[in-house]
Amino acid sequence: MSKERPGAEILIEALVDLGVDVVFGYPGGAVLPIYDAMFKQNRIRHILVRQEGGAVHAAEGYARSTGKPGVVLVTSGPGATNAVTGITDALMDSIPIVVITGQVATTLIGTDAFQECDTVGITRHCSKHNYLVKDPNRLGDTIHEAFYLATSGRPGPVVVDLPKDVQVATGKYRKPDQISHKAYRPQVDPDPKLIEAAVEMLAAAERPILYTGGGIINSGPAASEALRELAKLTDAPITSTLMGLGAFPASGEQWLGMLGMHGTYEANLAMNQADLILALGARFDDRVTGRLDAFSPRSKKVHVDIDRSSINKTVRVDLPIVGDVGRAIAAMVAMWKQRQPRSHGLKPWWDQIGEWRARRSLEFPKSSTEIMPQLAIRRLWEATKDRAPIITTEVGQHQMWAAQHFGFEGPNKWLTSGGLGTMGYGLPAAIGAQVGNPEALVIDIAGEASILMNIQEMSTAAQYRLPVKVFILNNQYMGMVRQWQELTYSSRYAESYTEALPDFVKLAEAYGWTGLKLEKPGELDDGIAAMLAHPGPVMVDCRVAKLANCLPMIPSGAAHTDMILQANEISGEMDDEAKALV
Amino acid sequence: MRIKPEIGERHTLSVLVDNEAGILARIAGLFSARGYNIESLTVADITRDETISRITIVTSGPTPVIEQIIHQLERLVPVHKVTDLTEFGEHVERELALVKVAGAGDHRIEALRLADVYRARVVDATTDSFVFELTGGTDKIDKFIELMGELGLVEIARTGVVAIARGREAA
Repeated sequence: MSKERPGAEILIEALVDLGVDVVFGYPGGAVLPIYDAMFKQNRIRHILVRQEGGAVHAAEGYARSTGKPGVVLVTSGPGATNAVTGITDALMDSIPIVVITGQVATTLIGTDAFQECDTVGITRHCSKHNYLVKDPNRLGDTIHEAFYLATSGRPGPVVVDLPKDVQVATGKYRKPDQISHKAYRPQVDPDPKLIEAAVEMLAAAERPILYTGGGIINSGPAASEALRELAKLTDAPITSTLMGLGAFPASGEQWLGMLGMHGTYEANLAMNQADLILALGARFDDRVTGRLDAFSPRSKKVHVDIDRSSINKTVRVDLPIVGDVGRAIAAMVAMWKQRQPRSHGLKPWWDQIGEWRARRSLEFPKSSTEIMPQLAIRRLWEATKDRAPIITTEVGQHQMWAAQHFGFEGPNKWLTSGGLGTMGYGLPAAIGAQVGNPEALVIDIAGEASILMNIQEMSTAAQYRLPVKVFILNNQYMGMVRQWQELTYSSRYAESYTEALPDFVKLAEAYGWTGLKLEKPGELDDGIAAMLAHPGPVMVDCRVAKLANCLPMIPSGAAHTDMILQANEISGEMDDEAKALV
Repeated sequence: MRIKPEIGERHTLSVLVDNEAGILARIAGLFSARGYNIESLTVADITRDETISRITIVTSGPTPVIEQIIHQLERLVPVHKVTDLTEFGEHVERELALVKVAGAGDHRIEALRLADVYRARVVDATTDSFVFELTGGTDKIDKFIELMGELGLVEIARTGVVAIARGREAA
């Protein structure tokens, strides 16, 4: 074990010891020693993407669908800077990935060498942590520590910058026994006294609601199981953020649908009228809260989060609980069972919710001539729900429609860019998810604008024979931009219409995919069936109603009670305060 | 529409960190990225084996923002401990300033007299200039500099605040 070997081999040995079996990457000058070492081994598979940004999103898709960290390998300079969007995306959505970037030799650092950039400087604030490794003897420990940081506590991206001479120089490697960091100690076990207090508050509440988020998905499948049990015991209604969809089954009776800007009427009204909000691994994002001073004014708030800095960041809470949300829910379940603490039922609360549900806020206009985008999602869901598909999305209207109309029954099936809102996320994420789940049905629900942002990755899917399906809701607009322009700027559609789009069927064929075009409502079901029947990758160009809006909607800066429902006229002009909000 | 600035009180934070490359950029970048104020920031290694540094940060903001700053700092991987000395209670804050004053005649005599009042030491002198060394709280140094402004102030160097809790226990 004490034999000296080159840094590149140490890297591979460490990755193998960490259980890595696939890396998403793109070669270049500053990582040639690593690629040569990769060539000489067969324990780690390399997926060659077409642009480094695709590699990071693929690693994210792999991580989110498998629960294992995703690994990226890119070169210095443009390789690293192309990865920055994906790294930031992973930071915002707390996705565990490790990004290994090549760097010019240590002797050249700071000389503006060819393909040099300050990778640790650039990624310092968009990664959970980063390293510049200058000594091959430190490389093995650094890689192990990087994985520990990426996957523990609040997960996130960790960047390891590896100069070329460190890849070539020799050093010693020994698999570390146990990783412990000098300063970093995430608190995973919640304080039992606080759990007790939370259970008492939950039992005393007459109008409780469980507000769940991506933390439950990140905590692992056991957290979703525990959540289902807690819901059953307490009979409380459940809503979720975009990131948390699937933690609780959409078919469950207590499910209110997603909350927030494009959430359901019942979810937002229940949040507004609740007397207790139990926030579980969710972070009171501005898309969820709407206007802060009108957010759930009469409720007590309990917030469970593994990141202390997420608590009281925007919304003051009454009971903060720091710890792993899965463990916290399990502890609440155990305590509730032991105490049987509640004497009253929640019938009045459920009656009230029933009235809100009767508004049927997700209803959408029917059309006999055009495919309504919401209908397309519903038909896609109905055609695939028995196969527990993994759904990725791009960003925009189609993403929100998918969140509203596709029912998720389990965790790790819904991969979407929530925090950063990265257009171009869905196709590479689908590729990563398909690599990690070869037997699964993986569908990217896309928009025609977003898909073009990482369209080159079609070539990756073709190379590895990954049967991903891309279902494009094509309305020729950057639909969400257009919708905001309609709402805020009296329908002045500045630059939100794409004059020249490719013929997506021919494009699919050019990449060796199958392409389908659907134009009439009558073609929808057969088109979906044809897509599913095809064993290889398929791109569906589904032409939908061009001016359909994603409703319901809480306009930026409005309260939960100020929702725009389907029937409302939305075109108009907003004041400057509203225009300044994102 | 006008953008309203946030106002808040001054807090002195003491942050123990791993003494590693980039740590200062990490801390300073956190403040700029999240729009927090830095009034002063000092850093020096405080262990024999050069493994741990103490960073003293003077910042200001409303109470929730100060809480956020502390939690955001604690979240950084190389940060061991963050103490809000202003909340902690009694503590000593000191700054060191070097103040160069040039002049002749009555101005020169008055500068020396005021330096004596403020317990500033003369650490460099020429026939028409002095460099004074002064330690004290930020207010005292501000006041001294203001007075020297009328007596031929040329330039100033200040360390920023270092601070430590009073009493026998570590904060």
